[in-house]
Amino acid sequence: MENFKLEIDGDGIALITFDVPGRSMNTITGGVVRDIVALANEIKSNDKIKGAVITSGKASGFCAGADLGEMGSGGLAGGGTPKTPKTEEERLKDAFDGAFMLNKTFRELETCGKPVACALEGLALGGGLEIALACHYRVAADNPRIQFGLPESKVGLLPGAGGTQRLPRLIGVQPAAMMILQGQSKSPEEAKALGFINEVVPAGQTVEAAKKWVKANPKAVAPWDVKGYRVKDGPYSPGGAMAFVGGNALVSKQTYGNYPAQKNILSCIYEGVQVPIDAGLRIESRYFVKTMQTPQARGMIRSLFLSMQELSKGGNRPAGHPPTEIKKVAVIGAGLMGAGIAYVQAKAGVETVLIDVSQEAADKGKAYSQRLVDKDVSRGKSTKEKGDALLALITPTTDYAAIKGADLVIEAVFENPELKAEITKKAEAELGENAVFGSNTSTLPITGLAKASSRPANFIGIHFFSPVERMGLVELIVGKETSEATIAKAIDYTLKIKKTPIVVNDSRGFYTSRCFGTYTTEGIEMLSDGIAPAIIENVGRQAGMPMGALEVSDSVGLDTALKIGKQMAEAMGADYKGDARGRLMAWIVEEKGRVGRKAGKGFYDYDENNRPTRIWPELTAQLDIKVTDCPPEMKKELTKRFLFRQCIEVARCFEEGVITDPRDADVGSILAWGFAPYTGGCVSYIDLFWGAAEFVKEADRLAQTYGERFTPPKLLREMAAKNETFYGRFGAKKEKAAA
Amino acid sequence: MAEAYIYDAVRTPRGKGKNTGSLHEITALSLATQALAAIRDRNNLDTSKVDDVVLGCVSPIGEQGGDIARIAVLNAEYSQDTAGVQVDRFCASGLEACNIAAAKVKSGEADFAIGGGVESMSRVPMGAGGGSWATDPTIAFKSYFTPQGVGADMIATKYGFSRDDVDAFAMESQKRAARAWKESRFKKSIVPVKDQLGVTILAHDEHMRPDTTMQSLASLEPSFKAQGEQMPGFDGVLMQRYPEVERINHVHHAGNSSGIVDGASAVLIGTKEAGDAAGMKPRARIVGSASIGSEPGIMLTGPEFVTQKLLKKLGMTTKDIDLWELNEAFASVVLRWMQALELDHDKVNVNGGAIAMGHPLGATGGMILGTMVDELERTGKERALITLCVGAGMGTATVIERV
Repeated sequence: MENFKLEIDGDGIALITFDVPGRSMNTITGGVVRDIVALANEIKSNDKIKGAVITSGKASGFCAGADLGEMGSGGLAGGGTPKTPKTEEERLKDAFDGAFMLNKTFRELETCGKPVACALEGLALGGGLEIALACHYRVAADNPRIQFGLPESKVGLLPGAGGTQRLPRLIGVQPAAMMILQGQSKSPEEAKALGFINEVVPAGQTVEAAKKWVKANPKAVAPWDVKGYRVKDGPYSPGGAMAFVGGNALVSKQTYGNYPAQKNILSCIYEGVQVPIDAGLRIESRYFVKTMQTPQARGMIRSLFLSMQELSKGGNRPAGHPPTEIKKVAVIGAGLMGAGIAYVQAKAGVETVLIDVSQEAADKGKAYSQRLVDKDVSRGKSTKEKGDALLALITPTTDYAAIKGADLVIEAVFENPELKAEITKKAEAELGENAVFGSNTSTLPITGLAKASSRPANFIGIHFFSPVERMGLVELIVGKETSEATIAKAIDYTLKIKKTPIVVNDSRGFYTSRCFGTYTTEGIEMLSDGIAPAIIENVGRQAGMPMGALEVSDSVGLDTALKIGKQMAEAMGADYKGDARGRLMAWIVEEKGRVGRKAGKGFYDYDENNRPTRIWPELTAQLDIKVTDCPPEMKKELTKRFLFRQCIEVARCFEEGVITDPRDADVGSILAWGFAPYTGGCVSYIDLFWGAAEFVKEADRLAQTYGERFTPPKLLREMAAKNETFYGRFGAKKEKAAA
Repeated sequence: MAEAYIYDAVRTPRGKGKNTGSLHEITALSLATQALAAIRDRNNLDTSKVDDVVLGCVSPIGEQGGDIARIAVLNAEYSQDTAGVQVDRFCASGLEACNIAAAKVKSGEADFAIGGGVESMSRVPMGAGGGSWATDPTIAFKSYFTPQGVGADMIATKYGFSRDDVDAFAMESQKRAARAWKESRFKKSIVPVKDQLGVTILAHDEHMRPDTTMQSLASLEPSFKAQGEQMPGFDGVLMQRYPEVERINHVHHAGNSSGIVDGASAVLIGTKEAGDAAGMKPRARIVGSASIGSEPGIMLTGPEFVTQKLLKKLGMTTKDIDLWELNEAFASVVLRWMQALELDHDKVNVNGGAIAMGHPLGATGGMILGTMVDELERTGKERALITLCVGAGMGTATVIERV
């Protein structure tokens, strides 16, 4: 047993210390599973052992759950040489056996015939908590920062080691369902109030308390192993149905049925609590396998867990450049973006100079941080001292001399190339040789802006999203001259302010703005096709997008959209009113004066708080709306139009070299513009939900029906012909993680 | 195949379906028993000639459980040879029971069979029987399970019926029911319910509110807004199936939805020969019947489709039907049916319906079938079509013809 240490004390209590070698945190690996089987046998068969206490040898906590990397590669299935199954049914049976291994193992521990308690000095998440739940008694240290939870659903999975069975039996169906569906964590006190931690004691005393309990309870068994045990709040118990009826509706409404794990968690509970625990555990393992096999789970694990983790640790940072400690950053332009950037920097302890043309404007920018700090303090999320320290790091000024000594300058002024050029020159006059100049532009090509720079190798695009303090992504845009050292520095900066960086190459709209724009334009295409606006908006949301396409257009500004359309038409020497979409936009902006949310009227009507109240009724009345019914086949088709359109643009970005790493593309699509998270991102949608060949076939059909914008780029055809995936072609090293 | 004739139809008055209702102190078994006894006694029927009694019941649990039809046969002291079976097609159980009884007669299995139903909603609450549709995630998600009140509001929204439209319909139901009672149009069918002593405890439909006005209806709060818009938010479930609706307009309330009531019904169906032998005159012929399934989420649009199906099967058009009866589960259900089939409101639910008099789930089908037999005789008209919307998107319908 390499992962556990076993010592028997004078009372015959075995102290089992969980300590996976060479890791800072315990995770459940194939080896751990094998060790637990041996442990259960040892406890059962060794007469010297009267009972056991399991604890952790790590300061970081008890256990963070299954190793998702290993799980993806099938390593948790108990080892051994995989047989080649003959039929689909055999394959499923094998998968079940693999998944059930964990349940069987924990069950052996639970039924070893001797009392087993768990002493939790630190966090227990996922499989870690499930080990604890399989013990007969749980003692936790009194520290409100300790987290206990089953977060599997956040990556599209379900707890597969008894969590869906033991938790409802311990704390009741409804609270357990909420906890598992939302992946919420609980503090020791909360967990005790809920009923899945038995005792909370001062830190350092959990082992002692657990031993005391073991000594006092030599015959302990799990409550569900007591004869006559029945779940009291099952679906057909008096009053039990409502939790299920309501739970189904709530989850259906919130997920639009896009997340199989969510439905399957409910099924595990619904079916599992009606039968004895052993049958319940089998049911759970079946749903676990079913869920694991969905493209949703595979995509979500890869993008939302593995890739996010990699990118958040600098996984896309060029090698060979020593890390830079970012201490001081100047932000030029104290508008909404600049003010938000100043806040997140100061929050991360970076000395921040906030420059604007007037002291008043600069102060106003700092006041934004004041408001956020006040809010956090009033909500108990921060303290007065911490807030004051944060604010003290921000110096609002008009004086460019204050830039001196900065590691980085970020300009966040209007999207005006001349203005940006002037600022670049003024800032560089104060900057050290190695300092980086970053432009927070969302559309202007970086190579062009870098022309104003005396050292274009140090010039890079640092594209933030609004509101800066809430959006987790930063898009770094590499210009023609931008050096690797500069990229490395910009990544160091992004990680310092606790955001996830993606690296893209220069082009109009870069990666995120360009691809996201296709969602809104497709919505307007649909409207000009005569599809009722309610259908466009509902199908967009139900496809997994955060907002309806028309609502997004309103937020961006219909006049802006029209302007871009005009520019594009001019560039091609065409009349912008030459197509239905152009005419529609010209009509609503120029004739009706509805320019969007900022004016309180666009595709939607808005209330005094600028919240959309309803779709502008005249839209339906005045346009030639032909489609007012949306049966399932049509919904499927419109969903496809929305998702394919964005994915095809992403594929074009790969073809043009705008983006090169599938992880950047996937994580970026979810974090930047909220592309249907259940897919794992745009690339995973192509790779996992379709495969290049099927995707190309379907895209060709869409192009035939709706226009060239759906025509797949050559790259995709080539991939289809060679049966390639994006992760295979562009990230061979990374493919293994989620195959 | 033999023809199936209706020889008699009875129903109890409908008591308010709560613990203050007149029939709350009468068991469901007693209600069913009294309906069966009336069929026998009114016709001097030799019950050994009745092969089977089919009773609809939607919550067959507790005192309504365990095949209440056979137990009522025994309690009514029918011949012990008479079998009994309880059926459940949700709200159309009573009509389905009559259709099954008629099918038994037509097929030659039975000479006489009784259809009908019973439901004491005050004693065995709606939903008491459970069921997996709403609770089992496997089916709830894929079929967009939504309670029927929200479905009715969706019908109103999708097909353009305003709160005024549904309230006006409810008003008319009350008006017609009041007139029907005043003119004793239900006299032939009504069997007053007797208490344990044999004293009449209820002789009229006590749910009616003949003094209803548009103003009084306008003051009622929508019943399904909270479960639709807030917890748990069924609007968001159903709109996944109907993305064309921007938001659901919650127009239904206690005053324009069917009332919760207690009651029982029984319809005697037999062959020509069996009637002749018993010296009975047939009142109507069962021309045909049908059931259908339609989209379950919106749930209540089945009548349109089952009507079309049945008319087509019988080689008829809407012109061949003189009187139309659709159970008034919710005002929008009837409004949509009339809109889809272009029916004249003057021929639809001429004596009011469940909005005024109540809908004792399993019993209703037999009740409105009887209402149509009476009304054909009273007006001298030929043909009537009876239908109900049914849980999980179904519809059941029957066409009868006066003889």
